[in-house]
Amino acid sequence: MDDTRWARARAQTQRFLPVMALAVVAVLAAACETNLPQSTTVIEGSHNATLWVPYRMVFILAAIVFVAVMALTVIFSITYRERPGRTARQFHGNTRLEIVWTLIPIIIVTLISVPTVNAIVAEAQPIAANALRVDAIGHQWWFEFVYLDEKVTTANELHIPEGREVAFNLKSVDVIHSFWVPQLAGKTDMVPGHVNDIKFTALRARPEPYLGQCAEFCGTSHANMRFRVFVHTEADFAAWLKSAAANGANPASALEKQGQEIFMRSACIGCHTVQGSAAAGKVGPDLTHVGSRTTIGSGILVNTPETLEKWIANSADVKPGSKMPPMAKSDGGALSKEEITAVAAYLSGLK
Amino acid sequence: MAQAVAHAPAHGTNTGIENRKLLMWLFLGSECLFFGSLIATYMVFKFDVIARGVGPFPHDVMINGVLHHGILDIPTTSASTFVLLMSSLTMVFAVYGAQHARPTLMKLSLLATIVLGLVFLGFQVYEFVTFVHEGLTLSTNLFGATFFLLTGFHGTHVGVGVLYLISMLAASMRRNGLGADAGAHVEIAGLYWHFVDIVWIVIFPLLYLMP
Amino acid sequence: MATAAGTLAHHAESGVWSWLTTVDHKRIGVLYGITAFSFFIWGGVQALLIRTQLAVPNGEVIPATLYNQLFTMHALTMIFLAVMPLGASFSNFLTPLMIGARDVAFPRLNALSFWVFAGGAVILTSSFFFEAPGAGWFNYVPLAGRTYSPGQGIDFYVIGLTVLGLSSLMAALNFAVTIMNMRAPGMTMMRLPVFIWMVLIISFLLILALPPLTVALIELLFDRNYGTNFFNPAEGGDPILWQHLFWIFGHPEVYVLILPAMGIVSEVLPVFSRKPLFGYSAIVFAGMAIAFLGWAVWSHHMFTTGMGAVPRTIFAANTMLIAVPTGVKIFNWLGTMYGGSLRFNTAMSFSVAFIALFTIGGISGVMHASPPVDTQQQDTYFIIAHLHYVLVGGAVTGIFSGIFYWFPKMTGRLLDERLGMTQFWLWFIGVNMTFFPMHYLGLVGMPRRIYTYDNDLGWGFWNMFETVGAFVIAASVLLFVINFFRTMQQEPTASDNPWDAPTLEWATSSPPPEHDFDVIPVVRARDPLWYNRDHNIQAEQPTGEHIHLPPPSYYPLLLAVGVSVLAVGPISHIAFTALGAVIAVYGIWGWALEPTE
Ligand code: HEM
Ligand SMILES: [Cu+2]
Ligand SMILES: [Cu+2]
Repeated sequence: MDDTRWARARAQTQRFLPVMALAVVAVLAAACETNLPQSTTVIEGSHNATLWVPYRMVFILAAIVFVAVMALTVIFSITYRERPGRTARQFHGNTRLEIVWTLIPIIIVTLISVPTVNAIVAEAQPIAANALRVDAIGHQWWFEFVYLDEKVTTANELHIPEGREVAFNLKSVDVIHSFWVPQLAGKTDMVPGHVNDIKFTALRARPEPYLGQCAEFCGTSHANMRFRVFVHTEADFAAWLKSAAANGANPASALEKQGQEIFMRSACIGCHTVQGSAAAGKVGPDLTHVGSRTTIGSGILVNTPETLEKWIANSADVKPGSKMPPMAKSDGGALSKEEITAVAAYLSGLK
Repeated sequence: MAQAVAHAPAHGTNTGIENRKLLMWLFLGSECLFFGSLIATYMVFKFDVIARGVGPFPHDVMINGVLHHGILDIPTTSASTFVLLMSSLTMVFAVYGAQHARPTLMKLSLLATIVLGLVFLGFQVYEFVTFVHEGLTLSTNLFGATFFLLTGFHGTHVGVGVLYLISMLAASMRRNGLGADAGAHVEIAGLYWHFVDIVWIVIFPLLYLMP
Repeated sequence: MATAAGTLAHHAESGVWSWLTTVDHKRIGVLYGITAFSFFIWGGVQALLIRTQLAVPNGEVIPATLYNQLFTMHALTMIFLAVMPLGASFSNFLTPLMIGARDVAFPRLNALSFWVFAGGAVILTSSFFFEAPGAGWFNYVPLAGRTYSPGQGIDFYVIGLTVLGLSSLMAALNFAVTIMNMRAPGMTMMRLPVFIWMVLIISFLLILALPPLTVALIELLFDRNYGTNFFNPAEGGDPILWQHLFWIFGHPEVYVLILPAMGIVSEVLPVFSRKPLFGYSAIVFAGMAIAFLGWAVWSHHMFTTGMGAVPRTIFAANTMLIAVPTGVKIFNWLGTMYGGSLRFNTAMSFSVAFIALFTIGGISGVMHASPPVDTQQQDTYFIIAHLHYVLVGGAVTGIFSGIFYWFPKMTGRLLDERLGMTQFWLWFIGVNMTFFPMHYLGLVGMPRRIYTYDNDLGWGFWNMFETVGAFVIAASVLLFVINFFRTMQQEPTASDNPWDAPTLEWATSSPPPEHDFDVIPVVRARDPLWYNRDHNIQAEQPTGEHIHLPPPSYYPLLLAVGVSVLAVGPISHIAFTALGAVIAVYGIWGWALEPTE
């Protein structure tokens, strides 16, 4: 490249330098997102604590290799650029170098292997005696949780105690899903015909939930298959279990009462269960305490009477492909707008 | 030395193996993996079939004190296996005939190979028909699925081989026969034919003899 | 016809018919190249649609079902219809030239491979007019079974991939035989250009890796259409079996995608560093080691499926081992630059960028080779970053390098360097803008294959940034297309060896004559033309012999039509199978009886 072109290029770069600097600052500012509820580098569960050792190791080594190779590429590109008087040195290779740079990656992967094997072994420990045992079952597109010893069933919102191991059996009734709460644990697939397991201890109770999400593509609404994990103190957890084991609440108002009647004579009960009532369907989520959940539709809508109405009217509007048929007359269902309002009120009252 | 033709003749190759023959060898390598995958599928499900208890089963099994008779007819299939083995022998004669300028021996042996191949296929059709009558289909259980797929694809290969040999026999009836290359032509066909036989030699004990 | 070389049975003509019936490896290479590049653009359009939908949280540009079809078809298009056949384009055009042969071992089989590829591509792509497959490119069952994917989309996937696999198998057999058997005098294995070594290795990978995929596809076809239950857990089948069969193919397949680029870079770097390749044998043996180890790592795609501790450890160890030969290659490329006199034209820039970008992909590969770590990275955007650094930053960057490098040989014209360098910088910036932040997004929990995400997850900014990057890449590709058409309008003035390169393809004219070489060259060293240059050896003189070339034939095309029509039978009407079989049998018949003398 001749000198005038170089000079021109340099002048242009200098003119744009302030603009570029400004752009970089703006990008960094915008990018400094502090609220990252699904970050995998946060250690809130024992599973993450275990895998953090190899995780950290691969990052450190990756950074070193990255810097080294990039630096060599750039330095060689500049140093050995074609210029007047320069001739290439002719050589075909060097056995000693070949040995050295075969050893470098061997050392690197050995450094990764050791904590990797340790973590694999740690994950394979037997389940603790006092562990809370939960069946987590994947459905297109929601999660079902069954507390095996306590005989409590819930959906999309999992409640667990802090400091106690939770041992999951992971199952699926249809296609492959994957169970993943990034801040607590890595993912494990839910494979139909297989029972997988994962166990972890949540390290601390906190008011805001941990976010989970299905991580194996499972069809139309895979993106909408989310769930929440609430970690309580032992006492709070015991209280939650007690209320969760209770039958569905009785309607508290005339509207709720009307809603209950409509619910019980509609298609709803073919798929949903409300403990202590005639509704004993198994296809959809258990609704015994749906009013106490913070979200509906597996975490895609905040739980309010209005969103419930929207959902009941035509769930596929908010969740494409939803297996729950539309209930609104206008969409081919059997319920009028008023009836849907009543049902939504009833469900909201199922605390 | 420059080669005069774009597709090099046998003697001009770097490996000394004629191009078409090398092609066949490599193709058969690929076929090994093909049958290997089908056999692997069979092995994966072999024991599950009994565990699930939905018959018919390949061999006699006791499930909850009840004896279920195996559906496989080992004597008959041994006979068909013998037929296929004999066809490999006649194929050897065909190759010998082609390579030693004995066209009559070659043609007769090809004909014998074709007939034996057809007899083997006849056995297989008979077996399939019987099984279907006895209630084993693709969808009955995984034994049915893996059995029909594996032996079906093997049978297809025998069928393709028969067509291959028939066209070779037909071509050899022309005035100048298979031409100067006859030895190579028949030898390559022989490679394929022997391979298909060998696959059966693997399938037969795995499927029929191993309980 | 009489040439300097003597007499020649001449067939070179122009016109559509001559292209439909050609058996000339150079023309078939061009056909592959143009077809594949068109699909590259089509796959790119799909990518832009995907990125547009993801630009902002809760985007509403593309509905869920279409989005799922788009990411499925984007992957299938890019892998099977763009990058693989672009590699095939190079291997077709270059293999005979680089080994000093006049054509491949089986010219008509070569034409057949291309036309069957075209048939498979049409089948797969036409699914958009009916129902496109939407279960991801690895098409996991039971989602891909009849129960959960009742439409025809998956059947298009099954048939399309089976046909494409047939094409690849035929091509692989052909190239393996060609390279093993048809090298010029003196072209020993350890003098083969690295690119040719890579073609040979790819051929073996395909020969051995395609059958498990074919079997998986057949089993799925039967599950969906003929009542078997291979993958149906309710009847004792096992969805994991599909994953094993698919990835036994799938991992070797990723090497099929990258090895051509590694070969290209190994040719380009020495030429523009003005010195021989550093560590030729190390690079060749590393290539073999990668191909060999590549067979023992497939389960690293399945670390989260509930495998036991022992298999996880074994597959992790094997996967990490692959980093060793990969690292050796990278160091040898750097060694080639070391002490050289580097001329940074477009071809060279792309090759150097390849080293940097591919390294990033290799590093992330080693990161998720650790199963516990992978449980946090599997199925997130971190994997998307990895595979795009190796496939876009690696394979496609290498391919661009190759296009700029061999364009004068292919067309007799040099692509414009100013446009080329602009394209290069847009490419380099765009690729990093688009794919680097994906590492970050994966680490902060963004799963792959989601058509929407919430605002409060903190992913919005970088997604928008990546979408901008995707359009920068698009601008770069557009510049290349402009460059291509502008250059093609100029007179072919390129000299035989404009780069002073060492390999045999530069010993003949640009573009080469139909018969490739007037005289088959004699090879005396690994870099034959440099050796001849430095030892003042003149090219061999024509001997006036008769050069025989195989005549054109329409039977490959006919047979390919037969095969394609036959294949669509299971998804349309059985009559198509019968019709296709008739055409195919007629094609084989004509083929067998056609005189080749
Ligand atoms: C140092 C070399 C490499 C290593 C150690 C490596 C490792 C891995 C691992 C462990 C995975 C699975 C990650 C997961 O799904 O959780 C993966 C995925 C993948 N790799 Fe690599 N890889 C390497 C090089 C390559 C190359 C050269 C290519 C292709 C040119 C490639 C293409 C892919 C693709 C396409 C996927 C993702 C497939 C999918 O899920 O869609 N990798 N790699
Ligand atoms: Cu999912
Ligand atoms: Cu892989």
